[in-house]
Amino acid sequence: MTRTKENRWLGRYALLTAAATLALICLGGLVTSHGAGMAVPDWPNTFGYNLFFFPISKWVGGIFYEHTHRLVASGVGLLTAVLAVWLWCKESRRWLRWLGVLAFFAVALQGVLGGLRVVLFKDEIGIFHAALAQLFFVLTCSIALFTSRWWSDAPSLKSARPDDGGLRPLFLFATLLIFAQLILGATMRHQHAGLSIPDFPAAYGRLWPALDAESVARYNQDRVEVNAINPITAFQIVLQMTHRIMALAILLLVARAAWLANWRLGPHHPLAKVSGAWLGLIVGQVFLGAATIWTRKSADIATAHVAFGALSLMTGAMLVIIAFRCLMPAPRREAVRAKLTPLAPEPGIASDVHV
Amino acid sequence: MKPHLLTALVLVGSASLASAADITGKVSLKGTPPAEITIDMASFSDKTCAAAHSQPVTTRHYVVSKDGGLANVLVYIKSGLEGKKFPTPAEGPVLDQVGCLYEPYVMGVMVNQKFKIKNSDATLHNVHATPKINTEFNFAQPTKEQVNERGFDKAEVPVRFMCNVHPWMFAYVGVFDHPYFAVTDKDGNFKISGAPNGKYTIAAYHPKTHRDGPGVSKEINVNGDTKVDFTVELK
Repeated sequence: MTRTKENRWLGRYALLTAAATLALICLGGLVTSHGAGMAVPDWPNTFGYNLFFFPISKWVGGIFYEHTHRLVASGVGLLTAVLAVWLWCKESRRWLRWLGVLAFFAVALQGVLGGLRVVLFKDEIGIFHAALAQLFFVLTCSIALFTSRWWSDAPSLKSARPDDGGLRPLFLFATLLIFAQLILGATMRHQHAGLSIPDFPAAYGRLWPALDAESVARYNQDRVEVNAINPITAFQIVLQMTHRIMALAILLLVARAAWLANWRLGPHHPLAKVSGAWLGLIVGQVFLGAATIWTRKSADIATAHVAFGALSLMTGAMLVIIAFRCLMPAPRREAVRAKLTPLAPEPGIASDVHV
Repeated sequence: MKPHLLTALVLVGSASLASAADITGKVSLKGTPPAEITIDMASFSDKTCAAAHSQPVTTRHYVVSKDGGLANVLVYIKSGLEGKKFPTPAEGPVLDQVGCLYEPYVMGVMVNQKFKIKNSDATLHNVHATPKINTEFNFAQPTKEQVNERGFDKAEVPVRFMCNVHPWMFAYVGVFDHPYFAVTDKDGNFKISGAPNGKYTIAAYHPKTHRDGPGVSKEINVNGDTKVDFTVELK
């Protein structure tokens, strides 16, 4: 068995797995947005049928979303299993082979968590299921990056430059904040309480909403929803306010990171380009968050919000990986001095990132 | 059965009947409720639901009569019966699914009383009970006229029922450890029959207004037929 770093088709296959994972996250988002997570009461069977033989004629209402989610999840599980075996057989980097194994166990755990959510009636499992989905997406994208031609060929990677502007910690911190934000979002969604604050940018017409028991009772009495949602609580209102504040913090952090990467590394550096796209994603994500409220949590908009969240986390994670490869930690004194002087762009740097 | 035991039972029964009273009254809503929303069944993938209705169907959060009577309120003796045991009726009410709606929207059962859950629709429903004290369950009713029996072993007000296939479908079931409860009709009227004389706290619970709250309650002294009215106030 010949193992090598040059596996073009493996890289493309890893990209396919990552794309399928994003599609699966979108379907999972639709399941929660439509309140359809419990539409199929049994697992691993579907209304007593084998998952793959459940009649199409019965794919109606909430069943459609939940059953499609299960089918695509099975497909992603299969893709990941093949990816792990392919990596194990053909990839020369030992750590990358084990990353494939990790992906396989992660997708298996994810499937079991999804099933347990249904049979154990635990919303908490749904939150963990949603958070693990995001991490799994980052993992598959990382494998796609590591197996890409760009990763092994980029000349800039062979001569790392000092991280004078503190980009590495900035990318890392912003990415961790995005992940925390996604967990917050998943917690809000899996409370199944609808919109705890129905207006934006104000909150019940104020900068900070009233949270006393009488006010919360009034909020619940005033809202009329079609679906069977839980009543909102003061905790859920605080949760959404925290989500809003964190969104602003992330927007500012990512804007600073994009500006800094552009200024320090030049507009043609991959980190500058990708962080510019990252900022675009975050701006889009803020708009989708607002639109989720303005459309009274329309399922399509809320799901797009989930998808953009996943893309934002993934982009941040890729930037961290690339930055930790391209940039060396700068000595503290030099970093202070260097902050005052922009660097010229490196000649011959790779600018097309295939991630 | 031995004759003297039968005589004793008859005497006890007569005594309890002699002291039985009806508690009647009306629940009114004070304040203007938000408008109900029309349920868009027509654009839903399962066409069975829309086909079952000739008129638009709306949500049922606040069903209020012209004179302010509030329907779908659970009225029940909340305290004053502690330590007493009551037989569980053999027959239970039916929670039906008709035209992709739960009927009735609100009902009551006794602890351990088996009640029927029926699917009158030619489509699949999943019956998902989401109690906080009792055990949650979720099962499928794929065929028309299918009936399943269920019960709850602890008192709880209310237990929400939902169908995740048709997300607008939900209903509330109050579970009581005595038989002295009622649900207000479309005019807000209720009648609790056969309550023994005594001093009670009687509560009115409206699922929308009092969700996760205690409802409103009053102290009453039942000595023969008693009338008590409630006002549910929007904040």
